[in-house]
Parts: sequence; C-alpha cells; structure tokens
Amino acid sequence: MTDINTLTVSRAARMLQGGECSSEELVSSLVRLIQERDGQIGAYLHLDEAGALEQARAIDRARAKGNVDPSNLLAGVPIAVKDILNVKGQPCTCASRILRGYVSPYDATDVARLRECGVVLLGRTNMDEFGMGSSTENSAFQVTHNPHSLDRVSGGSSGGSAAAVAADMAIAALGSDTGGSIRQPASFCGCVGMKPSYGRVSRFGLTAFASSLDQVGPITKNVEDAALLLEAISGRDEMDSTSLDLEPPCREGALRRDLKGIRLGLPKEYFVKGMNPEVEAAVKSAASLCSAAGAEIVEVSLPHTEYAIAAYYIIATAEASANLARFDGVRYGFRSDRAEDVLDMYENTRAEGFGPEVKRRIILGTYVLSSGYYEAYYLAAQKARTLIRSDFEKAFKECYALLAPVAPTAAYKIGEKCDDPLEMYLGDALTVPASLAGICGMSIPCGQTTDDLPIGLQILGPAFREENILRVGYAFEEVLERAGKSEGRGV
Amino acid sequence: MMDVAGEKNIDVAYVAHLARLRLSEEETAVFQKQLEGIVGYVNKVREIDTTGVEPTAHGRSVQNVFREDMAREGLTTEEVLRNAPAQRDGLFVVPKIVE
Amino acid sequence: MKYIASIGLEVHVQLKTDSKMFCSCRTSFGDKPNANICPVCLGYPGTMPTMNEKAICYTVMTGLMTGSSISNYSKFDRKSYFYPDMPKNYQISQYDMPLCVGGSVEIESDAGARSVALCRIHLEEDVAKNLHFANHSGVDFNRAGTPLMEVVTEPDMVSPDEALAFLLALKQILQYVGASDCNLEEGNLRCDVNCSVRPEGTETLGTKSEIKNLNTFKGVHDALAYEIVRQVEALQNGERIVQDTRRWDVDAGATFQMRSKEAAHDYRYFPEPDLMPVVLLQEQIDTWKKGLPELPGARRKRFVAQYGLPEYDARVLAGDREVADLFEQAASFNTDYKSVSNWIMTELLRHLSETGKTVASLPLTPKALADLVALVGGGKVTSTSAKEILGELMAHGGDPATIMQARGLVQVNDSDELSMFVNEAVADNPKSVEDYRKGKKAAIQFLVGQVMKQSRGKANPQIVAQLVRERIDAH
Ligand SMILES: [Zn+2]
Repeated sequence: MTDINTLTVSRAARMLQGGECSSEELVSSLVRLIQERDGQIGAYLHLDEAGALEQARAIDRARAKGNVDPSNLLAGVPIAVKDILNVKGQPCTCASRILRGYVSPYDATDVARLRECGVVLLGRTNMDEFGMGSSTENSAFQVTHNPHSLDRVSGGSSGGSAAAVAADMAIAALGSDTGGSIRQPASFCGCVGMKPSYGRVSRFGLTAFASSLDQVGPITKNVEDAALLLEAISGRDEMDSTSLDLEPPCREGALRRDLKGIRLGLPKEYFVKGMNPEVEAAVKSAASLCSAAGAEIVEVSLPHTEYAIAAYYIIATAEASANLARFDGVRYGFRSDRAEDVLDMYENTRAEGFGPEVKRRIILGTYVLSSGYYEAYYLAAQKARTLIRSDFEKAFKECYALLAPVAPTAAYKIGEKCDDPLEMYLGDALTVPASLAGICGMSIPCGQTTDDLPIGLQILGPAFREENILRVGYAFEEVLERAGKSEGRGV
Repeated sequence: MMDVAGEKNIDVAYVAHLARLRLSEEETAVFQKQLEGIVGYVNKVREIDTTGVEPTAHGRSVQNVFREDMAREGLTTEEVLRNAPAQRDGLFVVPKIVE
Repeated sequence: MKYIASIGLEVHVQLKTDSKMFCSCRTSFGDKPNANICPVCLGYPGTMPTMNEKAICYTVMTGLMTGSSISNYSKFDRKSYFYPDMPKNYQISQYDMPLCVGGSVEIESDAGARSVALCRIHLEEDVAKNLHFANHSGVDFNRAGTPLMEVVTEPDMVSPDEALAFLLALKQILQYVGASDCNLEEGNLRCDVNCSVRPEGTETLGTKSEIKNLNTFKGVHDALAYEIVRQVEALQNGERIVQDTRRWDVDAGATFQMRSKEAAHDYRYFPEPDLMPVVLLQEQIDTWKKGLPELPGARRKRFVAQYGLPEYDARVLAGDREVADLFEQAASFNTDYKSVSNWIMTELLRHLSETGKTVASLPLTPKALADLVALVGGGKVTSTSAKEILGELMAHGGDPATIMQARGLVQVNDSDELSMFVNEAVADNPKSVEDYRKGKKAAIQFLVGQVMKQSRGKANPQIVAQLVRERIDAH
C-alpha cells in the first residue's frame, strides 16, 4: 500500500468505492507518513489522529451498510485544513500566540459542508500568522519548509496546506487567499491552488484578515480535485451576507480536455522587470503549448496593475486593523499576566500575543483609517480598486481567461526576505490584482527551474466563471503531460 | 519620506497606542523606519486620477441581504466561559474599569 | 445679562425585536448573565454579522412618523474603540449614510407647541454591560448586539421642559410604531444630551458640554437644569466654558466632568465589509408606509368627527395608542361613545397612573368595558358599584354582569325596598329636611347620599331622589 499516499481525491474515491482500501487505512497510512516526514517540513500544527480515525471508521461502517451515495466522491477522503478555519471542538490558532487556549465552539460553514460529504478532517496546517505573509515564516510556531527543497520557503500564507499536499501528507487541503495566499504557495510547492471568485464560497468561520478580499479555496494535486472540492464548499450561506446564491460551477462543462477556439490573454504588465527569466520562459512556453492545442493567444493590457500593491496593502491592512481588534484578552485566547488595568491588559496582551508582521500591518491599517487620512488612503485605494476591476472586465470581454505568472520568482531561501517587509509585499504584485477585482484565479504547475523548483502558471477568469479556469487548467494538464512525454522528460 | 507638510508621514508611537499595541523603544524605531518606507510606497494610490471614479467596497455588489427576525438558541454560559481567560460568577472578568 | 440655552438630544432606543441586530440570539432583559450569547455577538474569530430586517423596518417606520427622508441608499460602518463592553472592539453603526435624515417631532410644553428638528435616525448595535466590584469588573454580554436606534436632534430646544416634552412626544411615536417598549427601568431608552448657553441677542452657539448616559426622563430634565445654571454662572464669573463630557450624579444633584480618556477619540470609521448596503426602493417604503399606524393628530380629529367626542376627550384618548385602541374596540360594542370615553378618562387612566401599568398589561377586555358602560346606562348598576366592578376587571378580568351578580351589586330599583332607607334618612336629618323646605333644593343631594351610603351604593339614585321628595312633600 505504498502508493496510497500519492493518491488524488478522485483515485482515492474510486479505491474506497471499489473496496480496495478503507478510509481508516487511508488515514493510518497518512498519519504514518506525516510522523515520518513532517518533522523536516513542518506543515501541520495539529494532527487530529484520534478524531480522524473515528470519522474514517464511521464512514467505513456507513459504506459497508450501503449508506454512502456513490455520487459523493469525497466520503472517507482525508483532507487537511488551514488553521484559520474554525472546527468545532478544535483549537484554531491562526499560527498566533494570541489564540492560545482557544477551542472553537462551532464549525466554519466550509468545514460543515465537507463534514456533510463525509470528508475526514485530518489536521490543521501551518500558515503565516493570521494569513499575513507570503512565506509561512511568520508563524508563531514553526517555519514550513518547501518539500522540493527544504532550505526554501513553502510560500504563504497557506504554506502548510500546500506543503502537506506536495509532500503527499494530505490528499488535498483547504487554504485561504486574501492576496495570493492559495495561489502563491501552490506555485512554490507544485500544487494546484484555486482562489474562487469573492462571494462564491462562505467566509463564515474563516478568521477574518481582510473581509472584502478573503476567500477559502482548495489546494490539490490536480484540477479535477480542485473542481470536486470547490463544488462541495461553494454556495450561499445565510451566515455570510457576502456569499452569493449561485449554482456551483458545472464540473462536466469544465472538465473537458479541449482548448480549441478559445482566446487566452497574456497581460503585458505581468511580465515585469526583475522577473526570474526561467519563470517568464515557463509561462510563455505554457502559452505556446495552449496555442498549439488550439487556443488563440493575444496580448492584453491591465493598465492599473502598478497600483495594485499599494491599494491592496491599504485596504487589507485597514480591514485587518479592525478585524484583529477583537483579540484583546477578554473573552478567549491569551491574556498577558501584566494586566494591572484595562489599558495594560489590552496593550500587553496584544504586544505579547502578536508577531512583528501582524503588528506592522495593524499599525499601517490603523494609520490609513485614522482621522484626516481616510480619503487620502482608504477611499483612494477603493477607487483604484474600481479601476483595476474595470481593467479585468475589459480584458474578459475579449478573452475567455488570462495566463500569467503567479509570482516573479520560484521559492526563495528561508530568511532571504525577512528583513525587508516592503520587498516581501512587492512579491505579491501578480496575485493581488485578482483579489482586488474579486475574480477567480488558479495556480497550476507549468514547469521547473534548473534547480528543480516548481513554477506555477496563473489562470485568471471572470468573476463567477470558475468553469473557464477549470477548463483551461484541466486541458493544460494534459497538454503539458503530452509535451513532457514527447521530450522524454518533465518540462 | 516626508509628506506635503514636511513632517514624518506616520507617527508609529501614536498609531500603536490607538491600536492598543505596546511597543518597546527598539520596536518603535524599527517600525518607524519600515513603515515610513511602506507608507511612502502606498502613497502611489494618491497619484491616480480618480475623478468620477466610484469606490469599490466589495468584490461583488449585491444589496439588502436581510435575516428574518427569529430567535435561536446560542451557546450555553458554560461553553463560552470555558474559553475565558478569567471568569467568575457567570461573568467575564477584567481588571477594574475606572470611568 | 440674559442667557439662552441650546439643547440637543441623542436618544438611544432599544428596538422590540425578538432577535439581536446581527445574530439570532434572543433579546431579553433580566436573564442570568451571559445566557443569550453566541459566537457572533461575542465577537469570536470567523464570525460575521447578518442584518435583522425587522430592525431596519422599525427604524424606517419611525422615520416616516417623524417626516424624515428615508435614504434610498444607506450602509453600515465600523466605529473602532477599545472597551471591555465591546465584543469586537468596534461597533457596527452608521456613519455618513444613515437610514433616515432630517424630520421633526411636534412637542408641547408650557411655552406652547412647536416642532423640534431632527438631524438623523440611524441603527447600530448595543454594547455589553460592565459590572463593577471591589477589585475587578465583570462583563455580561447578554445586551451586546441588541438593535439600538439612535435619534439625534438638532440643538433645537431651549429649556429642560422642552427636552422633557420632546422625550414624551418621541416615546408616544415609538409606542405608536410598536418599535420599542420604552421601558426606562429596563434601559430601553437612554439619552446623551448636549447643552450650551449664549447671551440673548447673539447667534453663535456657545461651547457645549455633553452629559452621557441619562436613563430617566427626570434625570435628563434635572441634569439640564443644573447644567444651564452652571454654565451661566461660569460665564457671569468671567470663566470660559470648556467643551467636555460630563456625567449626572443623582445623589449630588450635579454634573461632574468625566475622567478625560483619550485626547480625542479617533473612531476610524470605514464601511462594514461584512454587510451589504441597504437600498430602499420607493415600493418597499410604500409597503411599510401602508402598515404605518394613524398619527395621534389625525386620530384625534377622527375621534371628534366619527364619535362626536369633545376635543379634550379626543386629545387624551388619541395620545396613547393602546388607550385609543381600547376606546375604539369598546366603541364597537357600545355606541354611547361619550360614556365609554368618560370611564376610560377617569377611572381607567387614574388606575394606570397610580399603578404605573399599561393598558396592554390589564386583563380587562374592550368588550367587558363596553358591557359595564351598558350596565350603568341601562340602570342595572350604579356608578359607585360600577367603579368596584371595573376595579375587579382591571385586576383579574372577567365579565361585568357575572361580577355584579356574584357581589350582589345589582342596582335596587324597588321603591318598597328603598322606602325604608328613605324614611330613616329623613328622620335622622331634620336639619336637611328643614333646609329643603326653605327652598334649598341642593339639600336633597345630601339626603340621597345618605340613602346611597346605607344601601352600600346599590340604590338607584334617581328613584331615591324621587322618593325623598315625595316623603318630605307628604308631610
Ligand atoms: Zn448572538
């Protein structure tokens, strides 16, 4: 049963349905592997072995009695969840000291939806504290190493989820994406990561970083799995007023190996100066492969891209400064021992509970909202957001989807960018525009650097047209595989 | 990084107090330098001509998302006090508040 | 020099919804601490608010009653400040786009009738309750998240009496809409007031003080009366008024400056990203408008026209929606409208003011009231006995005829039975008999009164008077 761990969701589903293995065996085997490998990688913060085994046995019993609907491919499949989503009865640390001791009394809607499908919740994955970071170095507890090269970062903030999937320590995982936190680690770790359109998936139970940007999405080994998980978690939730009442993307419509006659755009502003040439080459060659498979490739312009980072860091930190005000040591989590009076309690609890990157962003967000600056920063950023969104709307009038790099480089060395927060922020330049516009995006492997580091291709689609990017991604998987075979090696 | 008035663009010590974050002197100095750089960068949004541009508050715009006025059971007192850093007699306990 | 005061009020009204503003927890008063709470109203990580439609509706209805303009587009904002009664350390409120803008409330005080201009009416969430002990404070989150409507006036009132009149008029409107119980003991209405004085003949408003958290109408009145005197005296002594926030100390009968917290609050308002805007189409507003109760003024006029009531009766009855409803329902069973009105205006209103109860809390039904008035009108029961029956109806309910029978209060119309009392009264009161004979007709009332007393109120006074006259004239 050694290959059990390289399973995708769809293969695992077939094996479970065909009786080739049980959910309990799947869980036990993954747990063994995690115990073996995760010491070096650091993907998990909390492994719920007992709980996972119990859930797996319950599904196995139900299946034995014929009580599992065969169309439900997720039943009994173990999945890892980023430690930012609330799971009833479990800690939810957001990789922060400030949530020490907190046990969630409720399930996030996405978690509840997975539970209803019979998904086994394997454990909680590491992340940048409260989602603030691009390398998973900002966790209060551990750094998550890139499984492809242990001295490199896994990307972030959903680095734990991406590394767990890449190292076969999870069949699939949930992450969350505010400005690239699913797409970029998926790219660094060589997985498929999808950020749904804003409003597609419920945010209820997702600890908020930036409420107008956050979305939950899958990190998987292939596009089909991403489609499966997205279908399970999407849809209107009465607990989230910003979630929309839409049919989930049609899996059958999306998953066909066909690019003929569709027009794909290459936004010229995404091929920036200072970009790693290997990354640029890999993305351009991906475009050529799509062209060879029948797609039309055109260059498009998204002229306001250069303002995206500035607008993003204003909006995201402003919202975060309010969202994180609730961590004060009164109702749950950590409280400083130095709490002589109420002001002491607040200031010391937050000083001792938050890490430096979180503090930096809270200060920036507080500053841009403070008296006299609102219009200069927050309002201006909201207007820039309108312009960025209309850039995309224009491009999608012509194009079925856009192809772009996910990040200017592949995974960098741990510690390489720690001292310069601004440089770290600039690394998000290619993922934040889609977040600001609320459109959907996906990262899918498209090659490697000469150091064998994965390179991701970003596929962007119009809002609520997830089937567009799933279709392009699904077709591209095959195109890439065929190309690799004809060259006699991986691309 | 100077703003129009010629003053430093962000006063980290003041803003940190607004955000109830106690910073050491070294932290304040480091953040002051880093955030001046970041604020200088995000000033970019002020360069754009946004005449006649409406702000976007959400990724998507819908409206009137209402809930029917119907009461439902919440959590028990015991459940929520279990998470409290300090509690007594059914109340969350905090240091004495002086008004 | 004479000074003129300018008074503005911010009235926080807890709305009468079943669930909280942004979550489904019960809104109730007097429960065990931390019993009506959930992850949302405790500000747990990952939770999000959802808007209670009823609260929006109540606010808009109130705005329609005050002639405010209802915003077609309004939104919620986050108002940030740290305090232990704030679960999220920001309050969801409305900053620059409230649900209702402008409007006015008609008031009546000794200075006459006039209208007080409103600035706005907006909706927000209430905070938790802090309780203070010797060495620590405790927080009870039951109240956190209760819908709170804030009515803000212009600094338009000139005296504590006008402020009081405004509060009474607002209370009347709120009760008419059914938006709030307006129960002051339970903190349903809480006021912040601001007040400044300026020399007569000048236009610019003086520097104002704000007095926070007044939760009785008397408190508002007394605090303002004190504050005006304080400010005028300060000015007369050549001092300057500093803008400050004060609290009212009932026992001391004075306002005191509150420990100044921040140099200035910086609330960092920004639009609440977790809630979508409220866009009210005229259609929706019209639907709510149709459900709106008749305004007190219109009802007063209708009472005069439809029931032929005197202006005074109509004004008293229409002043309270529950009383007016009781009258109209009783009037549907008994067309002697003036008598129905009399019984409500005297006995019933006296009972309410003595006990502090409301009409709704009485077990008395409109039908029972109408029947009682009919019993009196039909000579079945005397007024005195009817008062006793009404007392019983208001205390325990029931049917007036049954009570009348059970208590033996049926009016005695039988001349033979009454003659005995009449003879006695005439024999015992020769002085009155003498007076009557001398032409003092009023003396007969005294003799009738004696008979009524002897019969324990059951005697028919008309018949008694007749018998007394006959008895004296016969001798
Ligand atoms: Zn609640």
